[in-house]
Amino acid sequence: MEAVKTQDIGVNDLNWIIEYKPERCTMCGSCVASCSFGAIKAAVRRQDITVSEENTPAPVHKHSARPVIKQVASLTNFCRGCGICQKVCPNNAIMPRRNPDARRTLLSRDSGPIKRGGRTNLNAERTLDKIVVGRISQMTDPSLDAARHTFDIRAPFGRVLGTKELPFAVENGKLTVKGKKPPVRWIYPLIFSDMSIGALSTRAWEAVAMAVGCLNEKYDIPVRMSSGEGGMPAKLLTSEYLKYFIIQIASGHFGWNRIIQAMPYMKTDPAGILIKIGQGAKPGDGGLLQKEKVAEHIGAIRGVPRATLASPPNHQGLYSIEESVQKMHLSMNAAFGFRVPVAIKCAASSTSVSVYNNLLRDPYKICGGFFIDGIQGGTGAANEISLDHTGHPVVSKIRDCYLAAAKQGLTGQIPLYGGGGIGMTGNAAADAFKMICLGANGVFVGKILIQLLGCVGNEQGRCNACNTGKCPMGICTQNPRLVKRLDVDKGAQKIVDYVLAFDAELKKLMAPIGNSSLPVGRSDALVSTDANIANKLGIGYVC
Amino acid sequence: MCRIGSIKSKTPVQPSVVLRLMLPQQEGHDNSGFAMVMQDLYGIFSPYKDKPLLSLVCTQKGNRLVEDYMDAHNFTKLAEWLPVPNKQPGLDIQAMPYYVFRNYDYPEDAALMTEAEKENLLLDTRLALRKILEKDNQGYVYSFWPDVLTLKEIGDPSDIATYFRLWEDNGCLAAKSVVAQCRQNTNYDIVRYAAHPFFLQGYTLCANGENTFYTKNKNFQSSLHRGYIGFESDSQCFLNTLHYVHHELKWPLVYYKHTITPLPFEEINRRDDREVLLGIRESLANLEINGPNTVIGVLPDGNMITCCDSKKLRPVVVGRDDNMAVISSEVCGINEILPNRDQTRDIYPNEREVVLIDNELEVTRWKQ
Ligand code: SF4
Ligand code: SF4
Repeated sequence: MEAVKTQDIGVNDLNWIIEYKPERCTMCGSCVASCSFGAIKAAVRRQDITVSEENTPAPVHKHSARPVIKQVASLTNFCRGCGICQKVCPNNAIMPRRNPDARRTLLSRDSGPIKRGGRTNLNAERTLDKIVVGRISQMTDPSLDAARHTFDIRAPFGRVLGTKELPFAVENGKLTVKGKKPPVRWIYPLIFSDMSIGALSTRAWEAVAMAVGCLNEKYDIPVRMSSGEGGMPAKLLTSEYLKYFIIQIASGHFGWNRIIQAMPYMKTDPAGILIKIGQGAKPGDGGLLQKEKVAEHIGAIRGVPRATLASPPNHQGLYSIEESVQKMHLSMNAAFGFRVPVAIKCAASSTSVSVYNNLLRDPYKICGGFFIDGIQGGTGAANEISLDHTGHPVVSKIRDCYLAAAKQGLTGQIPLYGGGGIGMTGNAAADAFKMICLGANGVFVGKILIQLLGCVGNEQGRCNACNTGKCPMGICTQNPRLVKRLDVDKGAQKIVDYVLAFDAELKKLMAPIGNSSLPVGRSDALVSTDANIANKLGIGYVC
Repeated sequence: MCRIGSIKSKTPVQPSVVLRLMLPQQEGHDNSGFAMVMQDLYGIFSPYKDKPLLSLVCTQKGNRLVEDYMDAHNFTKLAEWLPVPNKQPGLDIQAMPYYVFRNYDYPEDAALMTEAEKENLLLDTRLALRKILEKDNQGYVYSFWPDVLTLKEIGDPSDIATYFRLWEDNGCLAAKSVVAQCRQNTNYDIVRYAAHPFFLQGYTLCANGENTFYTKNKNFQSSLHRGYIGFESDSQCFLNTLHYVHHELKWPLVYYKHTITPLPFEEINRRDDREVLLGIRESLANLEINGPNTVIGVLPDGNMITCCDSKKLRPVVVGRDDNMAVISSEVCGINEILPNRDQTRDIYPNEREVVLIDNELEVTRWKQ
């Protein structure tokens, strides 16, 4: 017998245990070849069996050495439960099973804090599921017909002026525009949120971008996509399609060399600029791209050598909201001739309302959108402690900001976009609708897009290996072998189909409350079955 | 749903005509109340057309509080209509002890005031009285404005008329412009303030249907103007918006409809004035209405308007002859008071249309 010490890692310490049926296995090797984590291996197992093949007992003891598939008991090459082995096995011989007795989280800090991708695994409880659309038009007013009526589903993106600040003059009984006002674009209230090239494989990013193109060009649904911090392919920067993209600038300024160089050649303005201050999944932390994922082309787009790329937690030199407005907002606005809305994205925090108030009062009227990212947002890489133990739910934050603006008579002047966990349970339209009724102008989604591409990660600890460069679905890796697993066209189609269904479902919620345009702030349409939630959000409590 | 109607006439009409317009539409309401705003007054208020007229209901104590306030602020009483109620048994009315319809002269220092300052004085006086009366639930003040009289009460409209002897056509009350409503009480408690028509600084408005964007309208309007208070009825939002667009922003009237029922983006983008219309959609998004509604309004210059929601879910009809133009939720009311009119000239405004009747009864119609 091998000497075993209590500190040795056993399979039962891991989060997933491989269930293997040797009697079904043909040893084709597909599972081992496809497991990008090296969590299973071919091994030989001794097998003893006593059989009697005569009419009278004549036991024979047989001893054989049998090839099998075996799970690796390791804290580095551990099974993530991704299920690729199961997917490729032609004989249903193998599958991962969740292990309720796992000790991996406790044991794997030997080389420092645990890092992973995905989203919080501790705070998966959802406010939005305790809210229902409860104010249905019955006899008081007619419901609309989702299939027959026309719906005006658009959200403003850009700084909206107070009515008295509009540069309007009356001439011959008509209003005319005298002077300039900040640019406002009316977009679809669903923004594809900032997942960078680098965090995603270029192919996965391309799939999302293709879906955006298709939704705009073919279906007239003006969805916008944020580039994420990491730049954009030079070709796209100088193409007509740039108008569908919101270019992000974050504290690392990755990719901006190329963007600035491309500016003179841009055929059109981008849809907007998004200054990322923070991110809901890991508030207070900058972006993180681990060395494993900085392939040559990623380094080129970002303008950096191969190394782990950690963005600082702050934009250098910006220590106050006023400074942010004066330096970043103004320079970004100026860079595009004040033609492009510049918005800002912050992690939801107890301080969100103060930030929003400050932005609302800025004398330059220069902030074109406030994106609040909640604790249930996803990320390609973060310390697990940040993912699970920092952040703030987004729902009440959106509501608080909306009401703070209303109180000052500034409703809607800086459009509010909420994200972080939108679509977590599969139905982004329901989530979006509820957020809108609570005061959001729109929502942004990220994780759900890669889930449509094939990501199997979830909030119960499945996969979440986006930081490793070994994404089994080819989404979050630059490894060409893995990336090949992703069918870009199919992935893009899946996203397009989802958004078309989203659109139809949004109408299915607008129709019964009798509205043909977005009910932003129409909180009376919602009720909650949880008294505390109802009380906090100022909606009706029902039971 | 409430039924609403209005009359604009070259010769003064007495309230009974208004009741005859409204009562045939009775199947559409539940007899829970009647309200009207009369403007361009004749009868006992004729000599004081330029002096503010206070319309309120109150308790005895409330009446004292009001008198004290008006005295303290140097308003002097000029004329008064004291209804002598017909208290016959069995009338369905929740009457209050005092009904005040009283003309006042401005305080002396008003002589030096601009029109705008006077307007503000009248509004502030009404708001102050409202606050005083609200405190111990001592009464309700509806309007305080020259040449404007408001009467509202809870109960059966026909009985309310009997109580105030409105059927008697005794000549006390007559007006060339009247907006009226018979209530259907659905969502809200029966509160006197919830009964339209509502009045604010020269603007009168009555609306029926359900304002599905009430919450967002209210959230936005609450901080826009000190006169936008109460919100006992979702229809007050329509008045506030009319006042805001026309009086505060001083925009031409056409933009009222663009504000409450903005055109779809697709259409806006095809129009020459898209920059203006987009600006309105951006900055006044929270004044949009999006449910089934009809609006009847009267502007400070006496012009009467009507329009309906963007899907024409609550229709309205305008009928007229040489002497009178009548707007009504249902045509049966018009048939009652203008049976001999040329019905082919009736107007059923469409969802994009605004109909305006001026003081000469000339009708102007325009599309958004
Ligand atoms: S479930 Fe995924 S990680 Fe686990 S053994 Fe199978 S392929 Fe490897
Ligand atoms: S499938 Fe890829 S993207 Fe999804 S959780 Fe796993 S590693 Fe991350």
